[in-house]
Amino acid sequence: MAKKVTKKKVVKKKVAKKKVAKKTTKKTAKNAPAKSSVARTNKAGKRDQETSVKLSAMAQSIVTAVHADKEPEMDVPIRAASNTNWNAKKGILEMGDSVGTRQLFNLGQARKFMQTLLHGKSVDELLQADKTLSLRGMFYKSLHTIEGTKEKTFDDQTESDGILEDLEVSLGSLREELHIFAKKRGTMVGNITVVDNGDEINCRKMGSGGYAIPSICEPEVIQFKDVKAKFILHVEKDTVWQRFNEDRFWEKHNCILTEGSGQPTRGVRRMLHRLNKEHGLPVYCLLDCDPWGHYIYSVIKQGSISLAFESSRLAIPEAKYLGIRSIDFERCDLSDDVKISLNDRDIKRAKQIAAYPWFEKNKQWQKEIKKMLSNGFKMEVESLITKDISYVTEEYVPARLKAKDWLG
Amino acid sequence: MAKGTKRTKADAESMASKQRDISVSEFFAKNRHLLGFDNPRKALLTTVKEAVDNALDACEEASILPEIEVKIEEITPPPHASKPGRYIVTITDNGPGIVRKQVENIFGRLLYGSKFHRLKMSRGQQGIGISAAGMYGLMTTGKPMVITTRPKKNKPAHHLELAMDTTKNKPEVTVDVETDDFPNNTGTRVAIEMEAKFFRGKGSVETYLEQTAISNPHCSITFIPPDKAHENPDLAESNEYVEVDEQGIVRTQEFSDRIVYPRTVDELPPETEEIKPHPYGVELGTFLTMLNKTNEKQLAGFFKKEFCRVPPSTVKEVTAAASNSKKSYSGQTWVKTIESKDAEKIYKALQEAKLRSPPTDCLSPIGVKQMLAGLLKGVKAEFYTASTRKPSVYRGNPFQIEAAIAFGGDLPGDQQARVIRYANRVPLLHQQSACSSFKSVVETSWKNYGMQQPRGGLPVGPLVVMIHMASVWVPFTSESKDAIADYDEIRKEMSLALQECGRKLGQYIRRRQRMKRDAQKRDVFERYIGEISRACNYLTGTDTQELYDALLAQAKARTEIADAQLDDEGKFIKDDQGRLAKADDVIILDSAIGGPDESGSVAEAKPVVKKKRVSKTSKKKRTSKKKSSSKKAAAGLFGG
Repeated sequence: MAKKVTKKKVVKKKVAKKKVAKKTTKKTAKNAPAKSSVARTNKAGKRDQETSVKLSAMAQSIVTAVHADKEPEMDVPIRAASNTNWNAKKGILEMGDSVGTRQLFNLGQARKFMQTLLHGKSVDELLQADKTLSLRGMFYKSLHTIEGTKEKTFDDQTESDGILEDLEVSLGSLREELHIFAKKRGTMVGNITVVDNGDEINCRKMGSGGYAIPSICEPEVIQFKDVKAKFILHVEKDTVWQRFNEDRFWEKHNCILTEGSGQPTRGVRRMLHRLNKEHGLPVYCLLDCDPWGHYIYSVIKQGSISLAFESSRLAIPEAKYLGIRSIDFERCDLSDDVKISLNDRDIKRAKQIAAYPWFEKNKQWQKEIKKMLSNGFKMEVESLITKDISYVTEEYVPARLKAKDWLG
Repeated sequence: MAKGTKRTKADAESMASKQRDISVSEFFAKNRHLLGFDNPRKALLTTVKEAVDNALDACEEASILPEIEVKIEEITPPPHASKPGRYIVTITDNGPGIVRKQVENIFGRLLYGSKFHRLKMSRGQQGIGISAAGMYGLMTTGKPMVITTRPKKNKPAHHLELAMDTTKNKPEVTVDVETDDFPNNTGTRVAIEMEAKFFRGKGSVETYLEQTAISNPHCSITFIPPDKAHENPDLAESNEYVEVDEQGIVRTQEFSDRIVYPRTVDELPPETEEIKPHPYGVELGTFLTMLNKTNEKQLAGFFKKEFCRVPPSTVKEVTAAASNSKKSYSGQTWVKTIESKDAEKIYKALQEAKLRSPPTDCLSPIGVKQMLAGLLKGVKAEFYTASTRKPSVYRGNPFQIEAAIAFGGDLPGDQQARVIRYANRVPLLHQQSACSSFKSVVETSWKNYGMQQPRGGLPVGPLVVMIHMASVWVPFTSESKDAIADYDEIRKEMSLALQECGRKLGQYIRRRQRMKRDAQKRDVFERYIGEISRACNYLTGTDTQELYDALLAQAKARTEIADAQLDDEGKFIKDDQGRLAKADDVIILDSAIGGPDESGSVAEAKPVVKKKRVSKTSKKKRTSKKKSSSKKAAAGLFGG
């Protein structure tokens, strides 16, 4: 209880500070006509300008504080499980209100403080040039040796990526709005046509490779056309996806087939989310029967902890979990060979997942995880191949869909 | 015992024929390890040690500032690692010299000397040292000891060669001539040829001389080892004058052929007084002997003449306590009439009487100033402190403990602290772990003073700990005089002295850590300030240099706040720096303190930023439109 109270206090304080920051923003806008002079007519240009103003407001609040002989600091919302709330009504994870202060005159934060500003500068340069950079590109953009020292501004890309995510949340701007994209990951095929940056892509004619889902799937870039599919089948990895594509599963069942190469990226999730929201396509997931598969489903369904601030644009609360189920070993009469015994890490993670508030009250899932733990082994989707090469596409999935046998 | 053989029966008569006197010299010839001649390595050290101790004592008694030269020549090098070589050890002093007729007694007889019979603080005690060295030389090489001594200025020196007859404990003079070949006005030179082994490092002659120089900053010692030139050809030729290093400190100097430990204090230690024994320190047997030997006729006179701290009132008290209905005593009782069992009663009464502590003006501690001067000369550190305790008493013997600490600087930081122990200014080189002073160092909890210390061990770090015990009678654990025996009173004083030094060291270390932390902090902040001002300049158009200066001022102010925090004692730390440095018992070398202002990176970072300022201000003059276009160009470079 005491903890909550202090948090609230912190939040109030921060809100007050933010007000001050906003005031200074207006001033800045007047003082720096350079920014507003870059006039752009389209919607994206307007959004870029908003981002640019946010960036200069952040810097201005620091300048103002320093000249007023106050400690320079910036507010960065905390991205951790402690600041993630489960919104049971909406069925998604949301970021809480806790805000951490990043101070320059704090040994542990000085470097991050400097890095945040450097990336702020780099992002603004991107906005001005109207170009986008990858996460790796951003790492190089802000990378240099600090004058008079041998210290580099960033040690590796991981450090840079974390700062960019901080920048996203503290500005309240999405990665796309900062003109940053991530590496492509994930494939798609199915009864749909996608307009990607003006190019029409017929996802029915993608051969064996499929359409690579881009990192940025915003409506400005991607539009949908000719959506004939009735549902989406999302599988965990490329190998399984290949099986389904070769068997023309999407054609037979009139669906879209996607794959996320493990934990799906924001691009894949955004794609699924938009298809689900804009075209009402239900999403079914076929994942491994292990804690990692379970968590992939959880992320698709209600969002992740570190990106909780984007859940409302990424999460699909209606997504269903088709399998593999822990009962499948008996149900499908699999051989002992497919068993992969759970190690300590798996068991720990499974218990952790079972204790998440969004799983805690779900009886089906509690039963599922309990069964997996009592089995003492996990199973991959590929284990179904032991029955028959196309068992999964011809029998397993159709049977589950027909029986409406899934976890929600 | 073999059973079959017939046993020879010896009777009292036949046994008596074999029983005879054992001369002291003979005894020691067979038991030379008791005198420190156990092995060829130690022989060299013991010889130098005895000669130097004697020389220093003689010089001080004659109020001469000592100048001593120790020379070791190699006649034949050790043929094999396990075999000794042959060396000539020559020690020359500028002391008062020895009158001709005493030479044989002093150098040729064991247990002859002026120091054994009196209670006075001096280096040597038993008077066996130098003659034993001569005896050892004679035994191993057959060569007599060569002595040159000039007791009177402007008169020729005596040159003698002495061999000792061990069975008679009497010297034989083989050569006795007069010579002018002596460098000093007065003084003595002893040369002994012996089988020995020269080495360096722990327990060597060099270590001994180094430590002697530390505890005797008023003396000047020159050491000429046998092989100096081969060892380091870069060393300069020796010269006459003493050099002062860049910090204004006179330090030990190494030359191509010798090591010079220069004099750093021009005052002799105060002369020590001889005292009479204190009753608490006298055992019953000694007491009886004293009663037998005294020239006094009556008890009152006996107590007055032979003891200290026994006033007439105490005599009355003691005699009354010893009296009973049969026999009564008083100050007027004739000494001759006292039988031994009566004497025991008187002795007991005397032990139970309340007596004042013995006088302590007989002690001559090294002194805080001198210890600091000695350490400064011999140990390259950055922080020095010393403490001299008030005199105290164990078993009726007055004693005084001193401790000093050198910390940091060139001392190795990853090794155990070095403990250098002294008794009456003489370094103790062996049996460290048996010594009371070593134990007291181990028992002190150095963690309290910012040092690391494994359980039950010496502290680890760049530390030299010096402990000195001055006493009219130092209780050694054995004849080789290497370790001080454990007396509670002595241990307590040692601990207190170490704690006094430790507290000052702790203050210094804490301050140093604080300064280091602050300097680091400042360093970190200042490193990032440039980057931050430039980013802010880009994003808001604020002046880079103005922001940089404001941030720098804040960084300085913030770390200064850390400077001015209160220390454990609730005093301002800033003040503490001055207080420590100003104290008489502490020396801090300026260069040692890496203050935040001296840290290189800050000084380096500044001019770079100033350069920027020129370009930034010129940029500022341009129109804002131009500015944004230049921005675009820069971004384009990266984006494309």
